[in-house]
Amino acid sequence: MSSEPLLRLDAVGKRFGGLTVLDKVSFTVAAGEIVGLVGPNGSGKTTTINVISGVHRADAGRILLNGVPVQTRPGFRLARLGINRTFQVPKPFRSMTVRENIEVSAHFCGHDQVDIAAILAETDLAAHAGQAAGSLTVNQQKMLDLARALATGPQILLIDEIGAGLNPQELAVVAILLQRLAARGIAMIVVEHLLDFLNRITERVIVLGAGRMLFEGTLRAASQDPDVVAAFIGG
Amino acid sequence: MAVVGALALIAPHLYGNTSLLFTIMTFVVLAEGLNLMYGFTGYLPFGYVGFFGTGAYGTALLVLHTHLPVLLCVAGGGVASAVIALILGPLLRLSGAYFSIANLAASQIIYFVVSNPDLSSITGGPYGLKLQQIYDPPASYAAMAAILLLAIAIAGYFRMSRFGTGLRAMTEDPVSAALAGIDVVRQRLIVWLASALIAGLAGGTYVWNLSVFYPESVFNLQISVFAIVFALFGGVGTVIGPLIGAVILYSFYAVIGVSAPQYFELLYGLLIVLLVLFLPNGLISLLERKRIRVF
Repeated sequence: MSSEPLLRLDAVGKRFGGLTVLDKVSFTVAAGEIVGLVGPNGSGKTTTINVISGVHRADAGRILLNGVPVQTRPGFRLARLGINRTFQVPKPFRSMTVRENIEVSAHFCGHDQVDIAAILAETDLAAHAGQAAGSLTVNQQKMLDLARALATGPQILLIDEIGAGLNPQELAVVAILLQRLAARGIAMIVVEHLLDFLNRITERVIVLGAGRMLFEGTLRAASQDPDVVAAFIGG
Repeated sequence: MAVVGALALIAPHLYGNTSLLFTIMTFVVLAEGLNLMYGFTGYLPFGYVGFFGTGAYGTALLVLHTHLPVLLCVAGGGVASAVIALILGPLLRLSGAYFSIANLAASQIIYFVVSNPDLSSITGGPYGLKLQQIYDPPASYAAMAAILLLAIAIAGYFRMSRFGTGLRAMTEDPVSAALAGIDVVRQRLIVWLASALIAGLAGGTYVWNLSVFYPESVFNLQISVFAIVFALFGGVGTVIGPLIGAVILYSFYAVIGVSAPQYFELLYGLLIVLLVLFLPNGLISLLERKRIRVF
């Protein structure tokens, strides 16, 4: 059995013009593991999942999925390989129904046999299956992003601030769902500002500050790390 | 398709002006061909006429310099347009107005190259080309009808197939479409080539019917404008919308534009303003508002 982790970032860098947004970011994620990605606004969290998911191309370093470099592959190939994501501002196909949104993802990723009814039930969208995606609430659209990603047969999901705007009960439901997905072997990188929510689903967090990795470890230890404290509250 | 094919065959027996019928059909083909690109990817090819002209010249040069059957020459004209579309493929990296303007510029480059007097020995330069030896209005009419059916079949495929669902997804959100596993660049290129092929075939058949033509006859920007307005008037992203739009508006043009050209521009402009204000999705949206499913 290979000791290679599911996902490895090896000194990944990204620049936008003269601005370095990611600088030598390196970490690994194992199958079924949930990793929290935290940091102040502008620290590079979303850019990290953008380069992993192929929305942006890394300027430096390597991204390996099961030991295979994938950093130059376009987003559609990464999706077919099992890397998928949700968005902070959800991006459904608004004129399509909820079911059509999920069917498109399943079909083009070669998973026509996927149980769409089960995905609809799991993401609490069964009652809205025939409704146009554009008519859903923002929170429902976030769940649709997740449902669409699940239909592609993901090995790793990149979850971008799914908890923003949810009430405590809804957060609890999402936390249970993410843990259930992890138990099935799906790895997750969860970008989140809600630390209580993260605390509920994972013990391992990575803290970014100005594009650099400041800390990797438990959330409790992170709160006592001077670099992390300085990044969040200045110093 | 059967209805359109039957109408195309019957029309010359019901109405004597076959030249007008041929021209209307040419614009129906162009509106449908432009609809393939604009209606199904959201990319508006303002220089669409460039493919029409390329098809015309590609066909004419094959007729003049080879002994191939005319139909093969027309097919060659269509392929020439598709090759130009392939060369212009990088334009698809642009979007919105940038793409439209770049495509317009590309069509003008082709026009100026073809009409260059220094190339008179090849393209005829500004003096055009003569193809009297293949003049055959009934055959060219039948060929244009066949191209119309081909364009309708392709639009139907885009409308009904999984490939078309992918196009719809790409048009709504290309980033999400890629994450759904859709090869956005490849699908968009396929549509671009299909759209150019239709214009090229139409251009080749058009000059087969004319027999004598000049660069202005096949690279006139008004051809692009007509195709765009006709498609929008009927309703893009559908199969029958551009067809209805082209038949109605070209008939209107043939009546008013010829008998009272001084009012034509005014009435046409007014029509476009009214269209944008009240029917931005074209005539076909009137049916959709009544929950009538359109093809």
